[in-house]
Amino acid sequence: MASQGVGFDPEEFSRLAREAGVRLRGSRRPLMLVGLVIVGLVALYSSYYQVEPDEVGLVTRFGRFVRTCTPGPHAKFPFGIERVQKVPVQRQLKQEFGFRTARADIQSSFHKDEKTEAESVMLTGDLNVATVEWIVQYKISDPYKYLFRMRDVEETFRLMTEASMRTVVGDHSVTELLTVGREAIAAKAKELLSHLCKLYDNGISVQQLILQNVDPPEAVKPSFNAVNQAIQERERAINEAWAEYNQEIPRARGLAEQKIQAAEGYAIDRVNRAKGDAQRFVALEEQYRKAPEVTRTRIYLETLAAALPAAGKKLIFDEKAKGILPMFPLGPVQAEVKP
Amino acid sequence: MSGRSKVILAALAVLGLVTLVSALYTVSETEQVIITQFGEPMGQAVTQAGLHLKVLFAQESNVFDKRWLEWNGNANQVPTRDKKYIGVETYARWRIANPLLFFQRLRDERGAQSRLDDIIDGETRNVIASHDLIEAVRTTNRAFEKAEEAEDIMEAESMRQIELGRDKITRLILERVSNVVPDYGIELVDVQIQRINYIESVQAKVFDRMISERKRIADRHRSEGQGKSAEVRGKKERELKVIESEAYRKTQEIMGRGDAEATSIYAEAYNHNRELYRFLKTMETYRSTIDKESWLVLSTSTDVFRYLQSQNAVGNTGKSAVPNR
Repeated sequence: MASQGVGFDPEEFSRLAREAGVRLRGSRRPLMLVGLVIVGLVALYSSYYQVEPDEVGLVTRFGRFVRTCTPGPHAKFPFGIERVQKVPVQRQLKQEFGFRTARADIQSSFHKDEKTEAESVMLTGDLNVATVEWIVQYKISDPYKYLFRMRDVEETFRLMTEASMRTVVGDHSVTELLTVGREAIAAKAKELLSHLCKLYDNGISVQQLILQNVDPPEAVKPSFNAVNQAIQERERAINEAWAEYNQEIPRARGLAEQKIQAAEGYAIDRVNRAKGDAQRFVALEEQYRKAPEVTRTRIYLETLAAALPAAGKKLIFDEKAKGILPMFPLGPVQAEVKP
Repeated sequence: MSGRSKVILAALAVLGLVTLVSALYTVSETEQVIITQFGEPMGQAVTQAGLHLKVLFAQESNVFDKRWLEWNGNANQVPTRDKKYIGVETYARWRIANPLLFFQRLRDERGAQSRLDDIIDGETRNVIASHDLIEAVRTTNRAFEKAEEAEDIMEAESMRQIELGRDKITRLILERVSNVVPDYGIELVDVQIQRINYIESVQAKVFDRMISERKRIADRHRSEGQGKSAEVRGKKERELKVIESEAYRKTQEIMGRGDAEATSIYAEAYNHNRELYRFLKTMETYRSTIDKESWLVLSTSTDVFRYLQSQNAVGNTGKSAVPNR
């Protein structure tokens, strides 16, 4: 390397200077020496440069691009004959739209003002307004183009990004933007932006475009929230109705089953009793047929013997003794007279 | 050599060096240079970067940028064809394609910027004003995806089909501008609409519209919720009735079947001896109906008590309530 090849040795240098100074007048000697040392130092300083690990260096000689340097220490011609411009090609660069990161930390703080608001307000395809915040990450893929093809590449890149985003948002409804369309919008905007980069040949390659906050405008926000609330209300009303349904229907089914089972029990009960009664009657009847007269009288008298004592009041009268009956105060008591 | 002549020689050498250096000029990668001689341009531009030579004293180098240069439009307030007042901001990127012509017509970049202001802003206004707003907003006629919460509330206007779209509108501006700028030695790479926004007074109205639109959606959801829940309740009522009535039908059927079977069993058995059945049942009835609340008023002429009247009554059993003569 040229800078190291110079082999700058102060001893050697002063010896040479002394020999050269022999022919000069004694009084000028120290002045010359100082001048030469300064020139040498400047030459040394301006010929050395270092390229950081995430950069490349582009060297121009008299303005003309001559070579690209990889990271590490390098030498060039001094005194502005060769100049070097360093471009961070490995670095992931980022631009923010609609907000600025004031301080990136574990809990980053953000900053918004009129300028960022103007970036984020845009028209949607259904002629509504929305505020969109997004970031774009990019890399310098071609440092030569990045440096020499376009003036103020970064600012232009901002404008390109804004135009791309607005074009895509302009082709989506506000509802899509706020809900289902986010990813598609980001993808399309990135595609459009990449296309513009190619068109402008600015040496930038877009890595990612990510939508951040997407909101309806502040003035309209409450009504958007009201829609969400209404959706919740709708769901709740429907859920409540279904809850009632689920509470009552199985219960009704159970009750119905209970009634049916009870009815079946009733039917079986009736049939069994009938069978029992019938068997009993048939058996009795068989015996009755053998001695109907006696059996009949027996049953009659047995019955009366059992039934008559149960009655609360008994009056046995002779039909010939007329006029007694009307004198009984039968009023409040229901008289049951059985033949 | 004498001391004097040495000094003269040194002076001449320095002068020669200075002259040589001033005849040299550098052109960087981003520059192009027009050489003028006494103010008059000498041939085409020097675009090759590096070290170049020119004629001493008489010639001057005029440096122009070779890169794509910025032009950012002002926010134009333009009414669209459908009478909507909007603010349009455009940007363009251009370069000095013909430095000689550029130098002759515009002199420098300041001149170019002001000329581009006139041309691009003007054409932007023209194109925007002769199209509906929707043409500058939408790019394609793609149908909006419908989200669950906002069906068919789209404004009829926004659902209108576009003829050109934003892309073609910007290309139209680019085309028209590109027809003019070559006269100034300028080439445009692109014109883009960076921003379109409603002007403030229109924006307020748009917000009102958005609010009422959302209100409509909200109302619709609410009534949908009420409708759906009523539907579910109706379904519930119906099913309850079905379940209950079916249960009733089944129980009646089952009970009826039981009754019928029992009846037929009874009938079959009692048909063996109808008289006995009547007698037994009557007896049973006596037992079950007479209780301590009952008053029995019995004549001595009844079967049981007839012996109370006379011994002679014997022999008349088997007949109930035989009157005593």
